[in-house]
Amino acid sequence: MPELDDPIPISALQHAVFCIRQAALIHIERLWEENRFTAEGRVLHEAAHDPSRRTRGLVRRVTALPLACRRLNLSGTADLVEFRREAPGGPETPFPVEYKRGKPKLHRADEVQLCAQAFCLEEMTNRSVTEGALFYGGTKRRVVVPFDVELRRLTEETARAFGSLLAAGETPPAVYKHDRCRACSLIDVCRPKATTKTAAGFLHRAVEETLLRDASEAP
Amino acid sequence: MKKLLNTLYVTTEGASLRKDGENLVAEVESAERARVPFHMLTSLVVFGGIFISPPLIQALAQLGITIVLLDRAGRFQARVEGPVSGNVLLRRKQYKVAEQPDEIVRSFVTAKIANQRLVLQRALRDYGSDMPPDRRERVEQVVDRQAAILRKVAFKTRGLDTLRGAEGEAALGYFSVFGDLIRSPDAAVCFRGRSRRPPLDPVNAVLSFLYTLLTHECRSAAEGVGLDPAVGFLHRDRPGRPSLALDLMEELRPIFADRLALSLINRRQLRAGDFEFQDSGAVLLNDDGRRTVLTAWQERKKEERRHPFLEEVAPLGLVPHLQALLLARHLRGDLDAYPPWIWK
Ligand code: SF4
Repeated sequence: MPELDDPIPISALQHAVFCIRQAALIHIERLWEENRFTAEGRVLHEAAHDPSRRTRGLVRRVTALPLACRRLNLSGTADLVEFRREAPGGPETPFPVEYKRGKPKLHRADEVQLCAQAFCLEEMTNRSVTEGALFYGGTKRRVVVPFDVELRRLTEETARAFGSLLAAGETPPAVYKHDRCRACSLIDVCRPKATTKTAAGFLHRAVEETLLRDASEAP
Repeated sequence: MKKLLNTLYVTTEGASLRKDGENLVAEVESAERARVPFHMLTSLVVFGGIFISPPLIQALAQLGITIVLLDRAGRFQARVEGPVSGNVLLRRKQYKVAEQPDEIVRSFVTAKIANQRLVLQRALRDYGSDMPPDRRERVEQVVDRQAAILRKVAFKTRGLDTLRGAEGEAALGYFSVFGDLIRSPDAAVCFRGRSRRPPLDPVNAVLSFLYTLLTHECRSAAEGVGLDPAVGFLHRDRPGRPSLALDLMEELRPIFADRLALSLINRRQLRAGDFEFQDSGAVLLNDDGRRTVLTAWQERKKEERRHPFLEEVAPLGLVPHLQALLLARHLRGDLDAYPPWIWK
């Protein structure tokens, strides 16, 4: 397979769905790398503990499968892909399974990441991939995800939006959303509130203030 | 909020440091004196003849915990660092802005003068009434002069050389009355104008020592956010000089170092006996003096204050890091200017 030019890491898409600035801080500015590695480490660990690992029969299971999609310039690794056959000797249909810590989430970040894997598998195998699954460590359950039109569109849009930031090396400005930012592990480096203020104005005010203050009220 | 991790200072001559699991262990004459888990550390600073085991050096480097070697007098010797973690896009911006750094330099210089002036005002407020009138008047005059320079620097001045010139003029005025703020009855503990290499009186010895500690903190802060500590804005590049760390330090010096030096001396926590007066005229802190300063420094870092721009309470020790972060965010285009730290 030919190398892609600066491909978009599939794992970046889940961050980009949550917050595109977060994806830029992690994947463009390389902030919080250790954090990412520990998270990935744990994911692999959980993969090894999936009880469904023992199933055999018409399913061929491949773990840590490298993936790429030229059309969307994606690349990454699937935790697990099940190649399923209807009958012995029949054609194989890929079914990606992604391992996640915790529980199913309200936003669609995990589904988008999975759908991106489906795009890769479709391009690489020339088979249509209609569904996959997310396995949540917290609930020890598989959630089947159909790759419908809407999810495919969201995934493509996310890949294109993040891809152009990645190519330009840009970090978009912060948009402060209380609930989202509070749950964000990058809030201390992102400073979503501070970066919407004007620093030039602050400096002027601070100087005015300090000039007005006389010795009797020095700090 | 990022945690304030420790810098471990080891001053005991002959101590030996080794790795034990995930801990740093300090031994003196084979007896364990201290044990610090790696995850509590950001850096290790050792003074003079101290043994560091190779496995410890390797572990610290790998974890990004910097080792700084100073000689017994606190002069910089070397540093040991793991792989550079910098962010190449950020650094490119840093280099580009360094070609045309006027606005960032304005922020640094403005805050430095404002903070120097606050040190003088604070002294006038606290013990101005005890000062002999001529001294008091001298300090007041400099406070007024600083106000004029400050106004000019913040609102009018254009051009790098003018900004640098204003900074020099402000510093000259400030240090011309710094000695008037010394209240120690101990005549040996005096200030005769700023002297650096070597310090020629006890107050300069304390200042130089504190500036070394602060440089180290600012350098780690710059590195911590991915900036290149060698490429500065106010300080011109010179091989081997941590120009950016020196830049970041300018606005912090008056409060972090000068004020701490004054309070150690005026409260008589440092006396003539804490210094070593050498034949050459150089004056250095001795072991006891250094220990006193380091303890006070560590305590000061834990003090909490409201950050003027971020408007959140943070320990002073985190301020160099927060400033480096704000500088990086400005360089990346998130902030329209660099908001310096002005004491409130
Ligand atoms: S703090 Fe908010 S704006 Fe910043 S990266 Fe996180 S979610 Fe995005």
